[in-house]
Amino acid sequence: MQFSVASIATFITLNETISHNYHTFRSVTSTTPPVQASLLAESRSVSAVPPLPPSITCAFPIEAIRAEFPILSQSIGDCPLIYLDNGATTQKPKAVLQALANYYTQDNANIHRGVHTLSQRATDHYEKARERIARYIHASHSREIIFVRGATEGINLIANTFGRTHLKAGDNIVITAMEHHANIVPWQLLAEQIGFEIRVTPCDERGVLDLEAYANLLDKRTRLVGVVHVSNSLGTVNPVASMIQQAHAVGAVFLLDAAQSIQHMTVDVQALDCDFLVFSGHKLYGPTGIGVLYGKTALLRSLPPWQGGGDMIKSVSFERTTYKDIPERFEAGTPDISGVIGLAAAIDWVDSVGRERIATYEKGLLDYATAKLAAISGIRLIGTAPDKSCVLSFLLGDVHPHDIGSFLDADGIAIRAGHHCTQPLMKRLCIPGTARATFALYNTYKEADRLAESVAKIAQFFKV
Amino acid sequence: MNAMQELYQEIILDHNKRPRNYRLISNPTHMAEGHNPLCGDEMSLQFIMEGDIIKDIAFQGEGCAISKASASLLTATLKGKTIAAAKAEVGTVLELLTSENEPTTDQDSIGDLAALSGVRKFPARIKCATLAWHTFTAAIEGKQETSSE
Repeated sequence: MQFSVASIATFITLNETISHNYHTFRSVTSTTPPVQASLLAESRSVSAVPPLPPSITCAFPIEAIRAEFPILSQSIGDCPLIYLDNGATTQKPKAVLQALANYYTQDNANIHRGVHTLSQRATDHYEKARERIARYIHASHSREIIFVRGATEGINLIANTFGRTHLKAGDNIVITAMEHHANIVPWQLLAEQIGFEIRVTPCDERGVLDLEAYANLLDKRTRLVGVVHVSNSLGTVNPVASMIQQAHAVGAVFLLDAAQSIQHMTVDVQALDCDFLVFSGHKLYGPTGIGVLYGKTALLRSLPPWQGGGDMIKSVSFERTTYKDIPERFEAGTPDISGVIGLAAAIDWVDSVGRERIATYEKGLLDYATAKLAAISGIRLIGTAPDKSCVLSFLLGDVHPHDIGSFLDADGIAIRAGHHCTQPLMKRLCIPGTARATFALYNTYKEADRLAESVAKIAQFFKV
Repeated sequence: MNAMQELYQEIILDHNKRPRNYRLISNPTHMAEGHNPLCGDEMSLQFIMEGDIIKDIAFQGEGCAISKASASLLTATLKGKTIAAAKAEVGTVLELLTSENEPTTDQDSIGDLAALSGVRKFPARIKCATLAWHTFTAAIEGKQETSSE
């Protein structure tokens, strides 16, 4: 039994007609080897890449960027790896790997306590990283950056500090139908103990929030609004700026889950005026195990500690213990020092490429891949909001997403299949899950072609 | 035959497209719910015991081709069997699906169930195939729920 490729001719023809971006892009980048070379050379040391000359800023040095990710140049079986599971985690550039190696080979020591040189160095790197991350999200001060394990731990921290002190029976919080389990379950755990109400802003079939319903859910007993910036299952970019204003109008605090937006667009916490923001480093080309909770200074200072231990105290006695100011108050125990340093290196690297440039490139790639998949008979795109980022969820006839995932894996294509930790959203859309391709700045138009070809083969195999 | 074709054999595709005994039984003597939390698969398996014979058996649920075909094959295989023979069949299939070494099962002797043999080479999919069989065992043992995680 062999897969027939007859029908793929259609897509090749389509490719010629709808992918002029691809060809433009190819022809421009192929004339820019000096820039690619300089990007390569520069990013080996962790320093920033100089801005590209204006004449070629529309191009994207994709080959040079891919060369920064050693993991991408491997084969799965006989097929080159096509990594489209970036919503789950991104790969790490050499700059990050090098920063981790440098830290462990030159500077490793515990922070905030040693008088010796290595400890001083490690502390400097750690605190400089905090400043770097503050700048990345435009926080007004580095003390507003709390290091946690990831977005999930950040939300749990908020639930266990802000939630415990501000929520009472009869109060409510407002979330949305497209939240990740990480922004549902911590609140349910707390609601079981306190008895507040969890209200859910609905969304339509396209994955667009019902803002009228949102406005109606807010009232004077709403203490917190928690919203995912970009839906990890659908790619919807939610209109959080206006939602934040509405939440503030009723006196509620706003928590922005930026896990799927921070790597794709500029997120300015002061311009947005969000009170809390969380994200995970490993989805932003950084190491696993490190994430960030941002909170406004006055708000964080008003909160009690969550975890107790070393480094978060001013003084300890059996009679009375006093706590440090933020951010240390929320960082008990030895933190993930190398993770913090790796995350700062990832941010340096992302900014050396340029977030605007990344956003433009990724938008073109998403639109291209969307058109390619949409042309396949039997495909159903899940998540068709007008404003989308980097997520391409789909179903194919009655083929289960896991079967799609296994077939794509056999062609070297890594996607995610399942409910994506958004079971309530899947239920709302009446689907068991989706096959989900998520794009990053190192993915190519050619990879989108390969994805479409492979999906077309699956359609044939299952006679969709 | 490449690995994908070995995984998705004609018998699997057929049982996925037209699952046997895909219905509810009104008055089952045994039943259990199977969950695979990893992927969200859910399955409800029911049967009627008369004496020590499985008189009728059926399932319903949401899952991939492998999990659905495996459940369908289970019902087709176990219907009419004694409980002792059914338990032996479960043991054979679980060995076929999970044994680290090449299974010793004589594939000719197990009929259509041999179609599940390709699953062993796909570690990510073994739990899809074992779910129905674990759920059947749970039902015999009087457990209401089981998980293949």
